[in-house]
This record gives sequence, structure tokens and C-alpha cells, in this order.
Amino acid sequence: MTVSSANTELPLRDLLPGGADLKIEEASDGHAVITVDRTRLLGVLEALRDRPELKCNLLADVCGVDYPDREDRFEVVYHLASLEHLHRFRVKVPVAEGDAVVPSAYGVYKAADWFEREAYDMFGIRFEGHPNLKRILTHDAFQGHPLRKDYDPGQRWFLTDAETMVPEWATATSEDDDQFETQVLNLGPSHPATHGTLRTVVRLDGEVITRAECEIGYLHRCFEKMSETHGWQQVIPYTDRLNYCSSMMNGVGYALAAEHMLGVEAPPRAQVVRVILSELSRVMDHCVCLGANLVDLGALTNFWYFFQPREEIYGLLEACAGGRLTVSYARIGGLAHDVPADFVERVRFLLGYIPKFIDDVDKLVTRNRIFRDRTEGVGVISGEEALAWGWTGPCLRASGVPYDVRRAWPYMGYQDYDFEVPVATTGDTYARYLVRMEEMRQSLRIVEQALERLPDGPVITDNHHVALPPKSKVYSEMESLIWHFKLIYEGIKIPAGDGYFFTEGANGELGYYLVSDGGGKPYRIKVRPPCFAVFQTYPHMLVGHMVADSIAIMGSLNIIAGELDR
Amino acid sequence: MRQPDGSSSVLTTKVDAMLGWVRKNSLWPLPFGTACCAIEFMSVVSAHYDLARFGAEVVRFSPRQSDLMIVAGTITDKMAPVVKKIYGQMAEPKYVISMGACACTGGFYRAYHVVQGVDELVPVDVYVPGCPPTPEALMHGVLKLQDMIQRGETHYDRLKREHRASTA
Repeated sequence: MTVSSANTELPLRDLLPGGADLKIEEASDGHAVITVDRTRLLGVLEALRDRPELKCNLLADVCGVDYPDREDRFEVVYHLASLEHLHRFRVKVPVAEGDAVVPSAYGVYKAADWFEREAYDMFGIRFEGHPNLKRILTHDAFQGHPLRKDYDPGQRWFLTDAETMVPEWATATSEDDDQFETQVLNLGPSHPATHGTLRTVVRLDGEVITRAECEIGYLHRCFEKMSETHGWQQVIPYTDRLNYCSSMMNGVGYALAAEHMLGVEAPPRAQVVRVILSELSRVMDHCVCLGANLVDLGALTNFWYFFQPREEIYGLLEACAGGRLTVSYARIGGLAHDVPADFVERVRFLLGYIPKFIDDVDKLVTRNRIFRDRTEGVGVISGEEALAWGWTGPCLRASGVPYDVRRAWPYMGYQDYDFEVPVATTGDTYARYLVRMEEMRQSLRIVEQALERLPDGPVITDNHHVALPPKSKVYSEMESLIWHFKLIYEGIKIPAGDGYFFTEGANGELGYYLVSDGGGKPYRIKVRPPCFAVFQTYPHMLVGHMVADSIAIMGSLNIIAGELDR
Repeated sequence: MRQPDGSSSVLTTKVDAMLGWVRKNSLWPLPFGTACCAIEFMSVVSAHYDLARFGAEVVRFSPRQSDLMIVAGTITDKMAPVVKKIYGQMAEPKYVISMGACACTGGFYRAYHVVQGVDELVPVDVYVPGCPPTPEALMHGVLKLQDMIQRGETHYDRLKREHRASTA
């Protein structure tokens, strides 16, 4: 997850246009940080993408940060990665409030599409040349830009009209072939197959989709603003509700990020428990994704088969954390408390119990004629195209790109586990199904190995800048009492600075860009939600498909609204 | 009541009680699921917990076919008009269960884009607390609603009585 500092060996100043007077630093998270003037931004991004020594093929994230005290109030931050050379870059572009315009990176990386719209929505930074720059998360009646520091977190604007977001092309009369009438159809946001709160407007020629546009933000519950009003530790319950199908992994990712900023490490036992519960969460997540996808295709039985092992995993999580779905079990510095005494037996039981259900579905579905006819060749995307759109995770691996954070930038000791990264080549809905099925089995393999090496010992660090001292000591030692008092009153203080940290979530690269001003509350937390990048491609994938296919494709992408809209 | 010849039995009751009994045992829920609670709702209707035991398993995604709206998840200002519209499309008698902290009060999202309780938008009969509520809690909510239907205490019954009083 942290990147080795291989970047420093690169002659960046020679490789980038106008490199001589660029500000280039090596950040503590291993990123090379390039601060660039907006006039030269596109040149730098193109060089980062095209130079064979750099070859940054993934634009992971674009976000804004507001520094009201600086002369240039806003900063647009780009995170780039090269999956070939395994190095990472952070590009920062400062802009002034009166003239907050930045050239759009959409022409260089398509992935910038929705990320730039979000930065516009949240900060009011305009991206010149963006094809469709309008609000994305908030609604039509919203005023102001909520992530600016001077925006009151509780200031609401009311929307009364349900008929919002009708794209211009949807109301225009059909152009060329007037022999047949085209029809505009609205899918969602309350639709059984939209998995929560997604909305798509499609134009149909007969039954074939000729154009589509998505509207998201129906579950935008202000995660990033809320986290700025809470302490670092208090953010963990909010992270649970990002990808709520595998909430453990979000908390672990966030805790790891904060630990890196603090320079502390969770004890070995906590690391291994985190691995076990994260991998079981991955299994749960894939169960929901595949189960729901199959229901939408009419294969209801598999949904029941997949929900049974989930219940058992829930039982384990409940025994560990107290909550079934939103566990809040990870803490900065370790875990909330130790696992129950029968933890190992319960996990062993799960290891024997879960494969049966995966096999059942495998037998029912994998070679099923109807299923294959409905998924093979549907929603095809090439590996190159998927990367350009910023895809990561199982969806990207289904298109033949073997990028898995656990392999490329191992964290929590993943380098010591023996597991395969399943890759398919066809990039269609069927391939995404196959990859997820195999990933569940691989996750169980990891759990099995982790169980073998589960060490004894504490589950939270003894650094009392971060973790509370044990209660018995608080009652008996003055120093512990002071630590307790300080930590409760002031919270964890993370040294000023910023860092981008990422883990392999169930949907792909789950990144946290943390900015701290040294206080007890985060200055800015930007989540890089993996399915945000995936879903921005969805309207483009639909063209040429039938309406029924759109449902199959959406299910296979595993779009979780909590993570998408935050 | 058995007939003297033993052929059939007769039960005397009030029409409202009879209707209440019928209605409470055949609730057709519309899951208005938006977030985490919707995942727990899936658990409730799945095999392990099985809401079918209480006669409420016929989940319908069309508001026109259902009489119980279960608001499961955070409602945002962007979603608010949709909730109202969907509720308006349901035929009477109709009931609402607000599932989870967000639907009840906005939960821990006291924020610029979140409705602070779905009762800002539609009348709610039963509030189920929890973040998310456990499946048992939701079932308890359904059972409570069944009681209320039987006793004629739901929002719908109240409106009906008021309407009768005003037209009498």
C-alpha cells in the first residue's frame, strides 16, 4: 500500500516538459509530488502517460482541497499510477478562488470524467473543456459548494420537483431516421434492478439503446463533510457505510491510512485478524454482487444459496464486533478488542461450510445455457479501455489486466500469503462472474493460511498517543490517567501533511487521501471509491445493447451506492 | 359457533376486525431500500430469517401492488421527491415502516444533503431503530404494525376516522 520510493531514481526533471522549474518532492507515502501550474498541467499529464519510463496508465483519483488561508485557495490533486513500473505520482495544481479554472484532463485520461464533475460540485472549480460539467452528487436546487470550508455542514436545500435531470438529448426530436420513432426511457432511481439508488436515462431505437446517461448522488450523505466535523477515530463508523456489503474492509483501509500518517503499526495479531475478516468480507461482498446479479437475470435460487453463507459470516462478525453489517471493528492502531475465544473454531467451520454453497451455484450457473447466452459478449470492455476509465478490481481483472493491490503494493503481510489473482480475458459480464467466483475461493485460501499463523498478543498498539491505555492502568497509574484524559478530550492528533493510501477493496482500489493540519480532526478526507470509476463507463457500455442487457451489465459491475455517492 | 346439525360454524365479529385480521396477515411490502438497511432487509426475507412466517414475504417492487412501504436506508434531499411520488402511487390502505436510524431521524448524518427523518415526507406508522436494525428488530416492527392494523391504530385508520367524522 505504501509505495517504495523508486520514484526518486527517475530523472523526472528531464522527462517532464518544463521540468527544470517544476516543484518535485518525494512524499512520505512514496508518491512523487509534482506541483504544476495549470497552463502546463496537460503537458505533464501527457508526459506521465506516454513516456516509456513513466507510463502511468491509471488515473486513480482527482479531487479538490480547500485552503482558505492560502493565496491560491484551491488545490486540484491528481493521483496517478503506473501498473507496469509500479510507481505513483501526485500532481497538484493550485488555483485562486476568483479564477478557479483548470483544463480538463478528460482528453488525456477518460477516468477524469466524473471525478472532475465531483470536484466542480463540491468546490466550484471549473474544468475547461469537460464534455458535461454539471453537478453530480447534489441535486438541481442545491446552491453553493458544500466541501468549501466556509459552507455550514447542516445547510440544506430542498428539492421539490421529482422530474429533474432530463438530458438535453432526451428531449430533442429524433434526428436522422424519422421512419422509426425513438423512445426515451427512465430506469430508476427506485427500480428493482438498480440496486439502491441509481438512475439511468436511455434512448431506445426499438429495443436497442442508442444513448444513455446516468444520474447518481441519490445516496450522497456527505461522508467527506461529516468526517471533517469528527475526530480521526470517530470517522471509522462512517467508513463502514461506504461499501456496506464489506464494511470491515473500509475500516481497515482507513485505519491503515491513518496509521501510516502517524507512523504506528498495528500488532501482528491485529493484522492477521484484519486479514481474516477482510477476506471473509470479500466473500460476502461477492456473494451479494453475484446473488443480486443472478436474481436480476431470473435465477432466484442462487440468491438464497449465497445468502446462507453470508448469515454465517455475519454471525462471526457479530461475535467479534457486536454488529452484523456495520462492524466498526478496526481502530487506528489495531482492533477495538480481541476476538472471542472460539474464533478459530468458528472460522474453521466457515472454511468447511462456505465452499459447498459456492460449488452449488457453480453447478447451477457456470455452464447454464440461459445464463451464458445472456452474459457472454454482453458489456464487453477491453483491458486498455477499462484502465483508461480508471477501472480496478475484479471488473478490471475480468478484462485481462492482472492488477491487484495485494500483489502490486502488498500491505498487512499479503506478500506472505500464497494465493492466485484470477484473471479472465473476455471482459464481458460472464468473465466478471467467473473472476468473482474464483476470488471467493482464493480468499478462503488466504483465510486458511492466516488462521495457521494467528499469533497471540495484544490487538492494539501500546502507543498511547493513539490507543487508550488499559482501564486497570488508568485507575492505578497517574501517567495512564493523563493519556486517557488527553486522548478522550483531544483525540488522536495526526502530524500535518497529506498522504494517499490504498487497499484492495471488494470492488477494486479503495483509496484514502488524507490531509491533516495537525489537529484532532481530519482537514480533508477524500475516498477514492472503486465503483465510481467503474460506473462512469456504464452509459458508454450500454450503447448497442438491449434494455435487458443493461440490467445484466449493471449487476456485474457491483455498484454500491454508499460507496458511489458517499 | 357450531350449527345444531354440526354442519358448519359461524363466527360473529365486526367488519373492521375481520378486515384488520385479513390485512395484517397479507402485507405486501415495497422495499424502498437505498442503503445499508436494504442489505439487512434482504437478510430478513432470505431463508435464514424468512419474513414469510409472518405473511409478509410477497415483496413487490411496484408501489401499485403493495400496501407496506419499508423505507430502508438514508433518504437524501435528492431522493425526497421520489419517496413522495412512490408513496402517492400506493393504493390505500397503506402503511409505512421506517427502518433504521437514518430513515427515522437522519441518523448520524446531520448533513447538508440528508433528510432528517422520512416523516418529513410521508406519515410513518412504525419506527425501527438501529444502524442497521437487526433482522429480529425489523420483524418486531412488522409484528407491531400487524397489532396496530388489527386494533385500527395506524395512520390510515386515523385518517379514515377523521374523514368519517368530518363528513358525518
